[in-house]
Amino acid sequence: MNTVRDALVIAHRNIIRIRRVPDVMAFVLIQPLMFVLLFAYVFGGSIDIPGGNYREFLIAGIFAQTVVFGATFTGAGLAEDLQKGLINRFRSLPMSRSAVVAGRTASDVVYNALSILVMSVAGLIVGWRIRGSALDAIAGFALLLFFSYAFSWVMACVGLLVPTPEVVNNASFVILFPLTFIANTFVPSDNLPGVLRTIAEWNPISTLTHAVRVKFGNIPAGTPDPSAWPLQNSVLYSLIWAIALIVIFAPIATRLYQRAGAR
Amino acid sequence: MTTPHTDTSVHARGLIKTYGEVVALNGLDLDVAGGTVLGLLGPNGAGKTTAVSILTTLVTPDSGSATVAGVDVLANPKEVRRRIGLSGQYAAVDENLTATENLEMIARLYGMTWREARARTKVILDQFRLADAAHRPLKTFSGGMRRRIDLAGALIADPPVLFLDEPTTGLDPRSRGDLWDIIRERVQLGTTVLLTTQYLEEADQLADEIVVIDHGQAIARGTADELKRRVGGEHLDVRIRDIARVPEAEKILGTVAHGALRVHAEEGEISAPVPHGVEALSSVLRSLESSGIDIVDIGLRRPTLDDVFMELTGHEATVEEEKK
Repeated sequence: MNTVRDALVIAHRNIIRIRRVPDVMAFVLIQPLMFVLLFAYVFGGSIDIPGGNYREFLIAGIFAQTVVFGATFTGAGLAEDLQKGLINRFRSLPMSRSAVVAGRTASDVVYNALSILVMSVAGLIVGWRIRGSALDAIAGFALLLFFSYAFSWVMACVGLLVPTPEVVNNASFVILFPLTFIANTFVPSDNLPGVLRTIAEWNPISTLTHAVRVKFGNIPAGTPDPSAWPLQNSVLYSLIWAIALIVIFAPIATRLYQRAGAR
Repeated sequence: MTTPHTDTSVHARGLIKTYGEVVALNGLDLDVAGGTVLGLLGPNGAGKTTAVSILTTLVTPDSGSATVAGVDVLANPKEVRRRIGLSGQYAAVDENLTATENLEMIARLYGMTWREARARTKVILDQFRLADAAHRPLKTFSGGMRRRIDLAGALIADPPVLFLDEPTTGLDPRSRGDLWDIIRERVQLGTTVLLTTQYLEEADQLADEIVVIDHGQAIARGTADELKRRVGGEHLDVRIRDIARVPEAEKILGTVAHGALRVHAEEGEISAPVPHGVEALSSVLRSLESSGIDIVDIGLRRPTLDDVFMELTGHEATVEEEKK
């Protein structure tokens, strides 16, 4: 119970920062907006989706990419706290040992929800529509948030291992760009050559994107069912990944936190 | 807020901590009686921060034991954390939050309810004369004000034992004086304080007892007066123009000094601990003049950490980092 209480105190602190720090605002609100508009207008006209509308295909991919990149906040935020000595202060307080990281990952959900809200509005403006039921759409949004929450724990470990927030940002680009591009986020994975196609089919970012597309009813009519198992069971497969990430990385992050900072 | 603690003393025995090849602490013993101030005095890298980190449960020693307010640091770190406040070398505050938001957060993390946290924050901001700035983000604060907020955070739950790791390093003299006043007020209320510092003057101003450490070991203990007696009451610094005549000048200063001289021959500087400052000054002046040695500068000053170190260890305290 104390962990939840302390984590909420930390999450509250991180949420206050959204209003105060311009780069946070830019990353949470403006960058996702830019992505929707750029992809919709720059690629929208030149990539063909058989039987469908590329903009509609695209939105779920941009959502998935944005929330995965959003996990960088957890890492960069923790690295900054470490650098500024705040982690040491927290560790000298009689608070829960897992609350600082748990509070970070929780506030990331709020950041990501805001990003998704902005992107949804922008998407609606450029012609994206939810064509499934409201309940399915909610499930789609929930899956995005849950997966990004799980991924935040991975980035928390990165943040507690590196010396500065800049390193988190650079490292995350190196990992996250291939991860989000060798996938069906922006192009159908069927079009990818040999090995890349297999990687893309088993990439959890692909299954997340596919699951969200299905939930939003954004798969064009007449598209053949995917042949790869992960894509056929995209919700289940994405959930297994998310749960596995939490089970593995939450204890590691908590341990790293307990050793971080002091000398 | 906190229940009265009968035992507010701090004890450490045989603390050893190494980081790879570097020995940070090499068998340090410390005792701080309840309600008193211990000054841990030493240069950068002497092991001061490591000692504080162990006592505040941030770092586990390789060997040794410690109790804070009667609680074993290794066996029961969480209970120790309830009884301590820590203000570190850098102001550990979130600069995007206001003073009030920072302090309320810390109060909450000490276990207070929102209502308690809010009330306590108001009281402490008043005490620290920061009420006017309560709702400004700390980004807009000066270094001295941030340190004050940091110290207010350490004191927000009225902990019986307070650890201050170089609380005034890098501050201007006025901010330093302000912080000293706040610390003194706390001590009068009965708080036990362990303070690390690089400044003999700071230890002199605040500490009941001083432990001088070097290379992770205590090399001297005593009151400020006792230590100063060891290094001589005052120091006579002389700078002469012709560096070729440094050996002659050394001889002259040697007649009044009661300890080792410190000589920077290439700068023409000589420093001597002297028991009777004014007498020594006038006699040295006369002798140098009669020998025809040109004086660029001459003056008396109170002993510094460097002097204490020179006397106790034969080497100077100053390391490169300190010169920044």
